[in-house]
Amino acid sequence: MELQHVNVKIYVEGELRIDLEQLIEVFHRWVSQQTTEELLIDVADYRHVPAGPSIVLVGHEADYALDHADDRCGLVYNRKAVVEGSNTDRLKQALRAAIAACKQLESEVDRPADLRFSRQEFEVIINDRVLAPNSESAYSDCRQEVEAMLQSFCGDTGCSFQRHSEDPRCRLGVVVKTSQPIDFTSVA
Amino acid sequence: MKASNELWKESLAGKIPEQLVEEIETFEVEMQLRSQCKVDEKVFAETRLRRGVYGQRYDNGRRHDGTESKQLGYSNQKQTKGPDTVWDAPGMQRIKIPYGGLNPEQLELLAELAEEYSDGIAHITTRQDVQLHYIHVENTPAIMRRLASVGITTREACGNSVRNVTGCPFAGICRDEAFDVTPYAHALTQFLLGHPDAQNFGRKFKPTFSGCAQHSCGLTAMHDLGFTAAIREVDGEKQRGFKMYVGGGLGAVPRQAKLFDEFVIPEEILPLSQAMAKVFGKHGEKKIRSRARLKFMIEKMGMEQFKQKVLEEREKLEHDPCWTDYLENIDSWQEVPLHPAGETLPENGDPRFNQWRSENLRQQRQEGYVTATVTLPLGDMAPYQMRGLAEIVRQFTNGTVRSTVEQNLVIRWVSNDDVPALYEALGAIGLNEPGASCITDIVACPGTDTCKLGISSSRGLAAELRNRLERKGFELDEAIRNLHIKISGCFNSCGQHHVCDIGFYGANRTVKGFKVPHFQVVLGGQWEENAGSYGLPIVAIPSKRVPDALERITDLFVRTREADEAFTKFVGRIGKAKIRQILEDLTEELPEPEAEPTFYADWGDPRQYSIGDIGKGECAGEVVTQYEFEMAGAERMIFGAQVSLENGNPPQAGEEAYAAMLRSAKALVQIQYDDVTNDAEEIVEEFKERYFDTEIFLDPFAGPKFANYLFAAYDAFSVGAVEHTSESAHHFVEEAQLFVEAVHTCYNRIRSEPGILSNGTSAR
Ligand code: SF4
Repeated sequence: MELQHVNVKIYVEGELRIDLEQLIEVFHRWVSQQTTEELLIDVADYRHVPAGPSIVLVGHEADYALDHADDRCGLVYNRKAVVEGSNTDRLKQALRAAIAACKQLESEVDRPADLRFSRQEFEVIINDRVLAPNSESAYSDCRQEVEAMLQSFCGDTGCSFQRHSEDPRCRLGVVVKTSQPIDFTSVA
Repeated sequence: MKASNELWKESLAGKIPEQLVEEIETFEVEMQLRSQCKVDEKVFAETRLRRGVYGQRYDNGRRHDGTESKQLGYSNQKQTKGPDTVWDAPGMQRIKIPYGGLNPEQLELLAELAEEYSDGIAHITTRQDVQLHYIHVENTPAIMRRLASVGITTREACGNSVRNVTGCPFAGICRDEAFDVTPYAHALTQFLLGHPDAQNFGRKFKPTFSGCAQHSCGLTAMHDLGFTAAIREVDGEKQRGFKMYVGGGLGAVPRQAKLFDEFVIPEEILPLSQAMAKVFGKHGEKKIRSRARLKFMIEKMGMEQFKQKVLEEREKLEHDPCWTDYLENIDSWQEVPLHPAGETLPENGDPRFNQWRSENLRQQRQEGYVTATVTLPLGDMAPYQMRGLAEIVRQFTNGTVRSTVEQNLVIRWVSNDDVPALYEALGAIGLNEPGASCITDIVACPGTDTCKLGISSSRGLAAELRNRLERKGFELDEAIRNLHIKISGCFNSCGQHHVCDIGFYGANRTVKGFKVPHFQVVLGGQWEENAGSYGLPIVAIPSKRVPDALERITDLFVRTREADEAFTKFVGRIGKAKIRQILEDLTEELPEPEAEPTFYADWGDPRQYSIGDIGKGECAGEVVTQYEFEMAGAERMIFGAQVSLENGNPPQAGEEAYAAMLRSAKALVQIQYDDVTNDAEEIVEEFKERYFDTEIFLDPFAGPKFANYLFAAYDAFSVGAVEHTSESAHHFVEEAQLFVEAVHTCYNRIRSEPGILSNGTSAR
């Protein structure tokens, strides 16, 4: 199974204490300064949709969002463009980009203490139903791929995994809890 | 862009109607040709528009960040999908939903598409369509395939074509309707989709159906073609029919539709629509885009002459069984409930439930059933909500849900007994907001969020007003609860700001050397009676002061309203001058930019306001002549012939090459005679008479050679299929290519020597 279009959602720790207006400003600044590896295009505001994508930073190769899906707030990295290499390469690329965005956000909000992302809990979703249907066997394959990636990414062998949803209409996804916090500062 | 685009083609093979497969494959070839610069960008733009693939803000590859306009760094800035439209820049996919009718499978599929290709939101428009934003053009064929697998086409969702046929979301269940208009709206949709007589418009053409005259569900007064259901008695028998209206439209120059016929019998609605399409195609303006809508043609021609031309055209039409076939199955459209009729509608002690019950539920004509309106703030829905809604619709009904022109959804056939459970189920997915069709249920076009023409942030303002009004909640005076607010980002009125109690449309002003976003306040419009009257702008207010303006207007209404006076009547009585007077100070003494920079930014957008991102809109489509369209088709066929040759299929290559010759010959014939059919004999005869015998087609160097290729091909194919070998097919494809080239050359000659057609000048 080829795992393209990987999404990674890193949860916000505790309650979100920042005003989302502030985040809109930060995202606009990122577009203006083109701060990420991807070409950034626009900011979409969906705060009016309950448990929706909230604020989306739209890019060419990937989108970023501060998303409230499943009533859990987190930073989503949504890879849209194809990534060459192995599944491990693709998973790593998405996780790295998500962490980089979290780091940058934590440092750019007015009061950094108000926004902290989890170092131990995140989701991996494969945003393509024909490449990765949400079946039991696909989940098992995907889980192994994520496990292998994490071993090479941070040497963690004690992670726990949970299927994101068993509803076949939903996308294939894995919720990951690492045994040790990931050190964001060491992720290039 | 997506790794899986080809896989969808394979996995959906055999699950999509053949005609849709062909259409999507044709579009893919057109995309391929455009990417090789073999199709003109203007022609490709109109082609994709007719597939619902629309432009979006910043797709010229630039974006203003508040201080300067910056180039967005697409790696291939030169490749375009239309004039000044970068190939890689994201665009919008419009999805036609005829009369708003959706089923649970379609909702689920739309959720998948929003998630996989868009930014995680599906948007309901003011014409019952669904839109997905930020879509890469290369993903659109996969999107179309997936839509086709659940019975949806995007064909003619944009461009100069017959747009979505809208209709009452309460059709079939409304207490006030004459009869259910759904089957008629469906029949017109199917009949005009891709109809050859509806392909040569200078602008779009919007039809609608309404079940009654008094309500606003169909908005017949603001459509190019509007049908209002009516019943008459003939010899004691009740007969169904329609009041037929034509030439309505909003936009910068709004016009109320005029009555074309007091009573059109069902057997005549399709042929009359066809005749009207022909007249619009023949006589409508093609060059001046701002005057190309049907309303202007009727104005110029006069209603009498227009009517005469339509009726003459109607007389000439050859009978088509499709005109009446559908009437045999009219009764099969009757929807059936899932659960038995309920007892009286329950109430409980929860004030929010009771508010929802009184604002969002509507008793059906069928005792014991209600419709429930799902209010969608700004018309937006997240994928989990759509999946949840699909489940709810399955659980409580037989799969009956419709989108509305107020950007909401209506669940039909809910048993009264199920109402509390429905409310709970909707609440679990954040969809049991009260306030349907009330002052908080604000309609807004995309505005500066995604529209290339947007001047001010209609969605930003709508969100702000909604938040403020909701905070007031129960404090809101009863008199203003049921007012309608509609907002457009510019004068083009996609937010339908003319037909509501209080409308706003985007404008800009320069103050202290800075641009300031504004909104014109529009009063005097009427939502009821199918958009019975249009409002007029009274004053432009800076965006950030619009909430204050709204408060003052509504306060005045509450304070000085007479008895049960309607808002439109109040505006008429008080006068616009007086209302303007109470708003005037809001336009004065604006703060210094340094002291209050947010005043110089728009709602929901922290950038210093500018109009630097306004581009050329695609609402008007591209002015592409019928000739250019036919030739694009011919080019595609030639390309197909080459592919067939490569794939080792010479007979197929031969047929495609011949089809390309006929199509390009037809393109020329049509310049002089636009009723030419697709019949090979007719095309060749007309071509011979008009272009060969007159020597217009003769090549300065090759003489009759290229024309003779066509005649020889016709002679060969008219007696049966031609058995081509690989070599003969190769030669034949070359000849066809030369003939197509010669048609281009001839056309260019005609354009540069305008008298050539009347003189029949020899090219030698
Ligand atoms: S009204 Fe103007 S801003 Fe709004 S969608 Fe139409 S063209 Fe765009």
